[in-house]
Amino acid sequence: MNAETLIVLLYVLVLASFVGFELISKVPPTLHTPLMSGSNAISGITIVGAIVAAGPDTWSVSKGLGIAALLLATLNVVGGYVVTDRMLQMFKKKKK
Amino acid sequence: MEKDLLIRIAYLVASVLFIVGIKMLGKTSTARKGNTLSAVAMFIAIVVTLLDSQVLSLTEIFVTILVGSAIGTIAARRVEMTSMPEMVAIFNGFGGAASVLVAASEYWRMAHDAGMSMPVVVGVTIVISVIIGSVTLTGSLVAFGKLKGLINGRAIVFSGQHAINAILFLAVLALSVLVVIDPNMEIWMVGVLLIALLLGVLTVIPIGGADMPVVISLLNSYSGIAACATGFVLNNQVLIIAGALVGASGIILTQIMCKAMNRSLTNVLLGGFGQTGGAGAAAGGGEEIVVKEVGVEESAMLFESASSVIIVPGYGMAVAQAQHVVRELTDVLERNGTSVKFAIHPVAGRMPGHMNVLLAEANIPYDKLIEMDQINDEFANTDIALIIGANDVVNPAARTNPGSPIYGMPILNADKARTVIVSKRGMSAGYAGIENELFGYPNCLMLFGDAKSTMTKVVSELKEAIPA
Repeated sequence: MNAETLIVLLYVLVLASFVGFELISKVPPTLHTPLMSGSNAISGITIVGAIVAAGPDTWSVSKGLGIAALLLATLNVVGGYVVTDRMLQMFKKKKK
Repeated sequence: MEKDLLIRIAYLVASVLFIVGIKMLGKTSTARKGNTLSAVAMFIAIVVTLLDSQVLSLTEIFVTILVGSAIGTIAARRVEMTSMPEMVAIFNGFGGAASVLVAASEYWRMAHDAGMSMPVVVGVTIVISVIIGSVTLTGSLVAFGKLKGLINGRAIVFSGQHAINAILFLAVLALSVLVVIDPNMEIWMVGVLLIALLLGVLTVIPIGGADMPVVISLLNSYSGIAACATGFVLNNQVLIIAGALVGASGIILTQIMCKAMNRSLTNVLLGGFGQTGGAGAAAGGGEEIVVKEVGVEESAMLFESASSVIIVPGYGMAVAQAQHVVRELTDVLERNGTSVKFAIHPVAGRMPGHMNVLLAEANIPYDKLIEMDQINDEFANTDIALIIGANDVVNPAARTNPGSPIYGMPILNADKARTVIVSKRGMSAGYAGIENELFGYPNCLMLFGDAKSTMTKVVSELKEAIPA
């Protein structure tokens, strides 16, 4: 990675952070728990890195670490989304 | 190169869907769709990565994904809503661990297997990823242990704690520099990893149980930042964008929680807060509080003649599994023409918004749950404030007693209601270990006993008085 790529990635980071702050400061307290578990699932995006790390054809320490990462990241992603959906399903408005 | 372009476009689509998904998560009516959308984004990112890294022929990858999905789904379906904070804590930890493992794998591949020289920028990003991921991992595990009661929930403090943390922090920095300078010396990397893991434990251990909402939010943020750092390691924008969204979300929730408990964010980041519990009990001890008891029948009569009721639920209600009977109480009171609302303190429960989920599970419509700032003026015009399983969030000492450890914390003005009924097991102090002078107020009545059984009795009395 050269300096130019790094700068581009830093731009992405800064802009995405601003978007994040803007979007989330408006979330009502009712939704804070689902927001947290939902964003927790999103942080499992590391799974992308885990797939790459687990990718080589031949076994090595590096690949082993990748497979371990893949297992934990999958747990995080799938569990996070399922539990968030389960919670949001319960939120109901008053029936008239 | 066309394939490469398509893959980049797919990552872009995923990033956009993550952002839109988070946006939709911010509104009750669209939240569920938003979550699905963000899951779709994740699915796209995963499929594209599988295609891109040409691992479709590797069974071990699919087996791992299948096993992880199965365990994740089962855990997510079985978990009790009262245990949501533990669930989020442990998943945070897994996310952090995954980041460490990916960075370590990349390090090993470059420094060891290939014997390549590692560019400084890559070295720095790998080290950052390992440090943040490790702190997230062990910090989350300690938080999990505290919430589950596996380790002492009280703040664990010892002298020289800050000095030790500072020394360890400097040591980790020094080792990081060594890793970057000489990546082929694995021992430096192992040192960074071990110290960072230790730092995670040490920064969460001094935080008391009552402050867990802050810690969970902060670790949530860390897990996002860890994903971000991994994005830098792999030069992958979707990781950076998704990680930044989570990082921002966690920081905002942390700030909200801090404000609700009248603590500063710096105080949290430095660790070592929430020690007020022990000292508070001594400071609060003044004259004896004389309370008035009330029985089930009398409570039922009071409820029957009330025209407005505000219920203040706390975590104690959920522990007693009383939320369903509270819903029944709401139903029977509304049949009698009484207006019933719920006042939700921002730190009610063990994580941000936890109480809302617990009440939603009991089928209480979310538009009945009112935030502190919106409902606080209404207490003065309310006949009965029913406090059930809550304590510190209604303690007037936060307004009146500068010596109290919770002084300055915003509280619910339950004491201003015409009558206050407190459903409580006994006279024990709240989670923060502080006496509550509200219990001695002339308008306050104590309804002693297990919240679930006393409320069930009150409801059956009321059902007799108010026929369906």
